[in-house]
Amino acid sequence: MVKELMCGSHVIAEAATRAGCRFYAGYPITPQNEIPEYMSERFADLEDATFIQAESELAAINMVMGASMAGVRAMTSSSSPGISLKLEGISYIAGMELPAVIVNIMRGGPGLGNIAPSQQDYFQATRGGGHGGYRTIVLAPHSGQELVTLTMKAFDLADSYRTPVILLGDGLMGQMMEPVSFPDPIDPAKLPKKDWVLNGTKGRNSRLIASLHLDPVEMEQFNWKLARKYAAISEREAEHESYLLDGARFAVVAFGTAARIAKGAVNRAREAGLEVGLFRPITLWPFPEKELRALTRTVKHILVFEMNLGQMVEDVKISVGEQASVHFHGRPGGVISTPHEVENVIKKLMYEYELDK
Amino acid sequence: MAKQIFKRPEALKDAIFHYCPGCGHSIIHRLTAEVIDELGIRERTVGVPPAGCAVLAYNYFDVDMGEAPHGRALAVATGIKRARPDLIVFTYQGDGDIAAIGTAETIHAANRGERLTAIFVNNGVYGMTGGQMAPTTLIGQTTTTTQRGRAPLRDGYPLDLSQMLAVAAGSVYVARTSVTSPKSILKTKKAIKKAFQVQMNDLGFALVEILSQCPTNWKLSSVDSCKRIEEEVVKSYPLGVIKDTTGKGH
Repeated sequence: MVKELMCGSHVIAEAATRAGCRFYAGYPITPQNEIPEYMSERFADLEDATFIQAESELAAINMVMGASMAGVRAMTSSSSPGISLKLEGISYIAGMELPAVIVNIMRGGPGLGNIAPSQQDYFQATRGGGHGGYRTIVLAPHSGQELVTLTMKAFDLADSYRTPVILLGDGLMGQMMEPVSFPDPIDPAKLPKKDWVLNGTKGRNSRLIASLHLDPVEMEQFNWKLARKYAAISEREAEHESYLLDGARFAVVAFGTAARIAKGAVNRAREAGLEVGLFRPITLWPFPEKELRALTRTVKHILVFEMNLGQMVEDVKISVGEQASVHFHGRPGGVISTPHEVENVIKKLMYEYELDK
Repeated sequence: MAKQIFKRPEALKDAIFHYCPGCGHSIIHRLTAEVIDELGIRERTVGVPPAGCAVLAYNYFDVDMGEAPHGRALAVATGIKRARPDLIVFTYQGDGDIAAIGTAETIHAANRGERLTAIFVNNGVYGMTGGQMAPTTLIGQTTTTTQRGRAPLRDGYPLDLSQMLAVAAGSVYVARTSVTSPKSILKTKKAIKKAFQVQMNDLGFALVEILSQCPTNWKLSSVDSCKRIEEEVVKSYPLGVIKDTTGKGH
């Protein structure tokens, strides 16, 4: 297969197009502007595709909501402060059970923060983010090629579960250029038919897509329906990568760009003779709880490494319970750790637990 | 044999309106439904209701309906229309929805010249939440948040959204009407029809602002509410066609 050298944001945009995405609305924000720029040009040659540069993040997510109601695969993208603005719409999309793909190329925060790579939106992404106790599937790519597969998978997951899916990257994922190859484009006309869309009442009764349930009992029943859907997603869709974990006595847990750095750290530690591996969650929600718990049969000490002050570490602790000691190393605010820095933390902990002998 | 001269429009469901006695919404629902029937577009029309008194409009309109968050109706409608340009898409919004929390979505949908029809019901108060000040509340008007009357220095001035939208290059038809008398109701129906035809002819954005009575929150009888519109409200919001460029080669 032919490989192309592309920056991550362009990879996302191209993969979305090949996944049959035919509606994109977005608002400029660094460090993800290459996504709308690419989409505007790519869609210009597709007769059935719509690109809109919206007047706001709010408008963009609501346009995506409308396009999804009409049955089209739709996406928006932004970076942290912009995602906060979109949360109202994401809550409605979850409440209306609409498919949508939302890309968050995270930057340092809180507030306006900066434009450097960060993982400070883990809580926001994995806990729904907006009001009303909904969930979003969260996918965390760590390489250019994985941006292809996970972007395309995001649309399939969104359609099959009729739920918003977050592709959670960061400034580094978006800017880094790597060689990637793409599968053949999907023809949107050949995707499974949706029997719930708003496309006119010809030959059928009128349809309604809404999240309003004034009767508390009805609202409760709908929440239980969502709960069953979320349970099914948790059961089926958790995904992770085990890297050099065979025979490991110590494990690093990291996702996205942090996992990429951790791989370097693990490689260096392995070269120094340490028995260490990496557990990398690919889905952050659902979190690969069972798989991580299974690892504690052989690994009793874990280092969680994140580009924040400790967010995923809570899910790691919930997963392993008392079965392993959990430690944390993180850098917030857009500072990127070097593999050497993480390697030193690994070495120190393995020395303390006498795992280096 | 008797000839049927009056019936429920097909675009209206056989349901009893929840609106207060004397409220303008019921009339405006019916007019919109009649227009949809007369234009023969019921089977390809999608409606987007607001948050506000008309949030349950989908219980009455027998067309496909998609909810929007408060104020975002024209953004949601933009998504539907652009995804399926063969559909006829209308929004139905109150003054708080379209002229306060949704001002940005409204102006930019108009300015992009979206092929959409907006029905803007202006009764000068937040009705469903209990009668608070709206962007369109008149100077001196008492509401639950302007109990001593709307004072511009504290509360700002009444917003003339339709005038603002008329300035936008993408708007083709903007009209203000009322539903206080048989004559004004017929004029409103004509305006709504035109606003749908603008979309059917792919010309651009169309909006009808309808001054509507809210006896409950105005604390007036139905008759006095109509009188208030005819004698007082129209001074701030004059009736008539504000913009019509349909004949100018759009």
